[in-house]
Amino acid sequence: MIAVALAGLRKAFGGHDVFAGLELTVLERETLAILGPSGSGKSTLLRCIAGLETPDEGSVAVNGEVGYVFQEPRLFPWLDVEGNVAFAARTPQERARVAEVIELVGLTGAAKRLPKQLSGGMAQRAGLARALVRNPKILLLDEPLAALDALKRLELQAAIRDIVRLTHATAVLVTHDVNEALYLADRVVVLGGHPATIVQSQVRNGVPPIDRDEILRALGVRLDAGESARGEAI
Amino acid sequence: MVRFVLPVALVALWFASTAAGWVKPYQLASPGAVASELGTLFASGQLQSDVWASVERVAIGFACAFVLALVLGSLAGSTRAARLAIDPTLQAIRAVPSLAWVPLILIWLGIGEPAKIVLVAIGAFFPIYVSIVSGIEGIDRKLLEVARVLDTGRLKLIAQVMVPATLPQLLIGARLGLTQAWLFLVAAELLAASRGLGFLLTDGQQLSRTDEVLVAILLFALCGKLTDMGMYALERRLTGWADTATA
Ligand SMILES: Nc1ncnc2c1ncn2[C@@H]1O[C@H](COP(=O)(O)OP(=O)(O)O)[C@@H](O)[C@H]1O
Ligand SMILES: [Mg+2]
Repeated sequence: MIAVALAGLRKAFGGHDVFAGLELTVLERETLAILGPSGSGKSTLLRCIAGLETPDEGSVAVNGEVGYVFQEPRLFPWLDVEGNVAFAARTPQERARVAEVIELVGLTGAAKRLPKQLSGGMAQRAGLARALVRNPKILLLDEPLAALDALKRLELQAAIRDIVRLTHATAVLVTHDVNEALYLADRVVVLGGHPATIVQSQVRNGVPPIDRDEILRALGVRLDAGESARGEAI
Repeated sequence: MVRFVLPVALVALWFASTAAGWVKPYQLASPGAVASELGTLFASGQLQSDVWASVERVAIGFACAFVLALVLGSLAGSTRAARLAIDPTLQAIRAVPSLAWVPLILIWLGIGEPAKIVLVAIGAFFPIYVSIVSGIEGIDRKLLEVARVLDTGRLKLIAQVMVPATLPQLLIGARLGLTQAWLFLVAAELLAASRGLGFLLTDGQQLSRTDEVLVAILLFALCGKLTDMGMYALERRLTGWADTATA
């Protein structure tokens, strides 16, 4: 039932604690969105889950294969889309899935293109396909849409939502876009403070229901300045 | 069109000055004399033999340098310890103008083929070595992280990430190395040779045959240009994926 469990997580860089005793549990098949000001430790959190950073204290338990999508597509420039996706395949079964996941992200027509021939949105789709080829139980997405223009972002948000539903994956999505978090997530947490803790946590369909204003306040948005503050991506 | 103006003017001047007798044939042979010398050397087979001798020395010397640079460069690029063990020494050797090794090489190896090949190899080695080390150091950390997050094995990491990522630098180094190889070949063949384009140069000089000297110069230019074009074509073919201005 539990996909990811962080307990008493401490992580410091150069004597400066990013986390000091962070607790976080992600349920299976849940989509968790993590919001927080930049520098609050969102990427560090994902990197600890993925094993890219070693915690200084505490435990990280991950139950299942992990797929990671970076903020930049990080494609190998010498491989075409197909080659980049196939790079992640280890078994014949996974290799057989390459064409399937390329279709899933809507890149079938561009499978033979090199990264330099892709638009930003297409490159990000390719990065997503690479993360999907192992059929991961847990998908970690670190601001995957931050570099895209508004329309492309909406398109890819829908694609991510469909893919997560279709693959029954657990997803942890870091974003700085409150609307994106509310659109995609079953649960939204806000990181804040030094060292960072979870300063706000809200569940969709929970009691009380999800409160956007509370999330915005937790992020330090001043709502008394009027309606204009609402709906702004922070 | 404008690119042809200067060369055509120079050749015309060459024609005019030799035809009008402003310069003597022992100072500068006429274009006709150079062409006929080219024909004579070709007919006798000496031209082919000299070109082949030079190409062979460049090829062997370059190949030795390439293999050695690949091994040492990969070692120096792979771990910090290996880097510390290898690099300072090589950088110190590199600081010596390479032709300063000539007397030692001649004392150790005499004036035969090995000395020439070693000299060519010394010339070609450093550009290749330096570019491999800097190529490995310059590999995008973010791409290495992708490999890490995918638990990529060591062999696959080397073959499918490190090698292709280093290839553009390696090929640039190889091209520079090849240019250096020709440069050092001239030096080696000028010192002592009984065959080769450098021999044609010294032979022409001793006999005051400027036509022969000019034939040798033309052939050097041709060989250098052809091998450089070959290298460039290889570079374009193997690294066409690079997102650069010329691609
Ligand atoms: N490799 C690192 N070395 C030193 N400091 C780091 C490193 N990675 C992150 N940090 C620091 O840790 C803090 C959290 O960073 P990060 O997790 O990237 O934040 P976010 O993703 O929320 O913007 C920042 O203060 C950042 O400067
Ligand atoms: Mg970040």
